[in-house]
Amino acid sequence: MNQVCLRIQDPSLEAYLQIGGYQVWKDLVSGKILPETALDTIKQSKLQGRGGAGFLTGLKWGFMNRDLPGDKYLVCNSDEGEPGTCKDTLIMRHNPHQLIEGILISAYVIGANVCYNYIRGEYLREYEACENALAEAIKANLAGEGILGKSLLINIHNLLGAGSYIVGEETAMMESIEGKRAMPRNKPPFPAQYGLWGRATTINNTETLASVPVILEKGSQWFQDLGVENAAGTKIFCVSGHVRKPGVYELPLGTSFQDLMDLCGGVRHGRKIKACIPGGTSMRVIPGDKLEGLTLDYDALKAVNSSIGSGGVIIMDETTCMVTALTHMMRFYHHESCGQCTPCREGSGWILKMLERVLANNAEPAIIPQIREVAKRIEGKTICAFGEAISWPVTSFIDHYYDEFVYFAQHGKSKVADTQLGFSWNEYMNKDAA
Amino acid sequence: MIMAEDKVKIDQWVAKFPDPKGAVIMALRIMQDRHRWLSDDSINAVANYLNIAPVDVYEVVSFYSMYRRSPGGKHFVKICTSLSCCLAGAYDVIKYIEDKEGVSLNKLDPEAHITLQETECLGACQGAPVALVDDEKYHLDLTPDKINTLLQDLDLVEGVQ
Repeated sequence: MNQVCLRIQDPSLEAYLQIGGYQVWKDLVSGKILPETALDTIKQSKLQGRGGAGFLTGLKWGFMNRDLPGDKYLVCNSDEGEPGTCKDTLIMRHNPHQLIEGILISAYVIGANVCYNYIRGEYLREYEACENALAEAIKANLAGEGILGKSLLINIHNLLGAGSYIVGEETAMMESIEGKRAMPRNKPPFPAQYGLWGRATTINNTETLASVPVILEKGSQWFQDLGVENAAGTKIFCVSGHVRKPGVYELPLGTSFQDLMDLCGGVRHGRKIKACIPGGTSMRVIPGDKLEGLTLDYDALKAVNSSIGSGGVIIMDETTCMVTALTHMMRFYHHESCGQCTPCREGSGWILKMLERVLANNAEPAIIPQIREVAKRIEGKTICAFGEAISWPVTSFIDHYYDEFVYFAQHGKSKVADTQLGFSWNEYMNKDAA
Repeated sequence: MIMAEDKVKIDQWVAKFPDPKGAVIMALRIMQDRHRWLSDDSINAVANYLNIAPVDVYEVVSFYSMYRRSPGGKHFVKICTSLSCCLAGAYDVIKYIEDKEGVSLNKLDPEAHITLQETECLGACQGAPVALVDDEKYHLDLTPDKINTLLQDLDLVEGVQ
């Protein structure tokens, strides 16, 4: 456990140097490692973006032409906002230097000399930790002007957001950095062609960039061997919901779901798992009976029609009313739709209103397929992936718990005997009870 | 309208961007921290200071959820109501604070001591249910005792600036 991003829990430069930190960066600057070699190693490592989409990092970096004259930018996406996800916060608070080294390496490889680390507005502690680490790195001539005595310049700026979910979308983040509403841009052109202020830009997730130094230190094979086929390395899993010991665990990809549950002390009160959302609320829900034998990697989760997403694992036990749970989620999505695309802006509101009608005993069973239909028609019809992020939870909840949704619409009450339990504070506080 | 020390802070942000407009998000935050909310005067002052059209600032203010267009109470207590916190009893937490303090969720009352709001995932799901006080201090694994202490502490300290 904790072999990559969370390998130390000490934010000081001293602690990071003690584990060999910044050695890769020094070797890169001195010419001992060539940028092309570093790029090849990242490609061979098969590191995939850890923010949710899982795009191959080496491939993304390869879209940048490091020899192209003019300004180029690197953005680190630390706007952690996917409900159920709390991993980047730990990297920034406990191992910020590894993130900074990852940013420096990435910037050097793609030829960027200005980097923005966009931290969500609520993360003041994380911002302070990153600012402190950056100041230490600059003082030690590792970042800023005249890096390690060379004429190399790489400026890193930590930024703070102001409260927005959609800013986590890569092109929305660029708009926000430019000081605008965080409205996702049409793609193409992709950021590598037209990013910040129209310049070539690469954007990576915090966990992705923090993984980079250790991959270059220990090699692509080491990294691949940590995980399984088609899922190299580790992933930080944040487990919340109805488990006895919610927590954050960095584990090899391919770890069995049962092992993760064991680390979390199992389900409270020895109950059964009714449902699991494996990667933040935008990922499709997995019903409890499909969890047996499941491993946590891209292929295995795809086989149960979901995805690893951001690693935010939310466990719901059998006391959870799925209609209520989905309604809570949809309030969030409706509020956070940026409003650019009609299917998302209107559809999210329609879905929420229809679900609220079901909860208020003011609907017929026919409303359930109608809700599903509206959700289905958002998918693929929007500028950004937020459309899928709204659509997937709705369609998967209804598909897997169709009878429960119809029962609610028909009877005006939940199929779950006591709907309070699943959302009860008292029940949650006493979760350690046998 | 913008105090000298705030101008210094804003200038530090302007220096991070090739175009000063990039600093608008933090300039607004600095103004809100100073005045507790964003009045038209504050917004116009930011536009003027950064030399951008007022509409470009207004549209930013209306987009991001941390900006306030009216003064709330002395302290802001935000409870996360994303799914992880809901499953941990976030709405019971809200009810508890409403009953104890005689306040209503999402009601902005400038005379109130506490403004209770719900908020989206705060990224501390392992510590659900979670509260964020005055946009600064996280409180995790909330229990009635912890909330009592938190509220007592807020009685003792001065309001946000």
